[in-house]
Amino acid sequence: MRILVCISHVPDTTTKVKFAENNTRLDQTGIQWVINPWDELSLTRALELKDDAGNGVESVSVAHVGPVSAEPTIRKALAIGADAAFRVDAEPRDAYQVAAQLKKIFETAAFDIILCGIESSDYNGSNVGSMLAEMLDLPSVSAISGLRIENGAIIVTREIDGGKEQLSVEVPFVGIVQKGIAKEPRIASMRGIMQARTKPIQLIEPAPAEPLTAISTFDPPKPRAACKFADPENPAQLIEWLQNEAKVL
Amino acid sequence: MSVIVYTENWDGKFKKLSYELVSYAVKLAEMLQTQAIALSIGDVDDQELKTLGRYGIGRIIQLDRGPLSHFDSQAYARLIADTASKENANVLIMANNNAGKSLAPRVSVRLKAALASGVNQLPVSLQPFLVSKRVFSGNAFAQMELKTDTRILTLAQNSFDLAENPADPVIERSVASLEAPPSGTRVLDIQKQSGKTLLTDAEIVVSGGRGMKTPDNWAPLVELAELLGGATACSRPVSDEGWRPHEEHTGQTGKIIAPNLYFAIGISGATQHLAGISSSKYIVAINSDKDAPIFEAAQYGIVGDASKVLPALVEAVKKMKS
Repeated sequence: MRILVCISHVPDTTTKVKFAENNTRLDQTGIQWVINPWDELSLTRALELKDDAGNGVESVSVAHVGPVSAEPTIRKALAIGADAAFRVDAEPRDAYQVAAQLKKIFETAAFDIILCGIESSDYNGSNVGSMLAEMLDLPSVSAISGLRIENGAIIVTREIDGGKEQLSVEVPFVGIVQKGIAKEPRIASMRGIMQARTKPIQLIEPAPAEPLTAISTFDPPKPRAACKFADPENPAQLIEWLQNEAKVL
Repeated sequence: MSVIVYTENWDGKFKKLSYELVSYAVKLAEMLQTQAIALSIGDVDDQELKTLGRYGIGRIIQLDRGPLSHFDSQAYARLIADTASKENANVLIMANNNAGKSLAPRVSVRLKAALASGVNQLPVSLQPFLVSKRVFSGNAFAQMELKTDTRILTLAQNSFDLAENPADPVIERSVASLEAPPSGTRVLDIQKQSGKTLLTDAEIVVSGGRGMKTPDNWAPLVELAELLGGATACSRPVSDEGWRPHEEHTGQTGKIIAPNLYFAIGISGATQHLAGISSSKYIVAINSDKDAPIFEAAQYGIVGDASKVLPALVEAVKKMKS
């Protein structure tokens, strides 16, 4: 069993995002880049599965679509424990382009389980995983919060409205991962960081694919009105405001 | 030309979200001077389908489940894409929920149609086709151009007002058929809680954070939620500590919700938490620290200890109800 974890790198969630060139581009100065949180959890779960020899996971690889500036993020994934990495040297402009490049990685080296985070915390699209599955004509399961291997069969848990569902899935398949798949993201050890330096990052030429969308401008969210405080001794006042002023009760 | 709206059902029933989608589709069809068509897949009776007519839909395509035993995104995406092609759809609308998120990207690839997910209003312009969507987890909005002739939008829940506009819809019923239906997934087990308001559907959400101090303090919070007909939620540290179940975690990596009213009780308001709740129409914060960032996001607040304020608040709501 071979696992591929698709990783995107995103501004650290505490970063104050700013825009440049008349709000048409993200201002990258001072941004701390991290592995997208759901991708990090996917990688952690993949490594947990590999740790248990009974699961028969041969290797865990990571894939990234982006320019050379993303290599520190890829090295970090290798330091956490991935065996190898693929990078498509492209600057994708939308999810469709990213998925088309990831497809090329799958065609270069076969995998049984492909994991993608449910969304990236920058563009919040939730699109790449399912687009990739459709491009490869593979089954996929979205919003999975559990993944295990039982006698060679893949069992996933997915969240449905008001509950949970367990499914078996044929490989190869694309798993789109949400919170709960792993408890805490695994952290790189000193030894891992040393080993990562010599692990291979295979460079892949981009596939031709035009974006279907384009972002023209970014706007900050509308400022909210200042907070109106009720007296802690008199919470009935708050209820009165919610009822008669906001009209939400 | 047409606007197609995919209306998912829950055990044969629609919910408010379905009517929001229909209201949106009818409005957009009006802008594009074309007709809106609802597409429903599964076991839904005529009486339920007719409820979509209240919001102005004139035509409903109902595909009975047939050979499809369960929700499989590969199979459903094919049915939706086939219908969209047959009806020459300009725009296809779905919900930005679990089902919509798994279907829309697949349909986008099948039709090579540009996709914008999580839109919360009608397009900003039609030529070029521009929509506004939330990015950077709510820290910004982007204007996105959809460059293809067929476009797909997923609509954020509770972002578009219902618009009553009674119509008597024509229902075209047939059985879903697919050549070689995909069979990659098989359901082993379903565990469902019934009767509880879903966090993502709730119009009022009462949420607790570390300022609640111990899991034993949750009773008045739950009571407040019940009194208001709302759902309970929590911040990440609370679910990480196991004080409350993971399903309640709202925030960037948990659930992203947009209720009409959100109570943040003992929640300081870290960026990651705000990312999950910033689309709420009203935020009420109760926190003992007057400088907590949650008060910058809130419209109403009380500076005070949750364990004291909460029981008094419950009493105030009881009084209001009586």
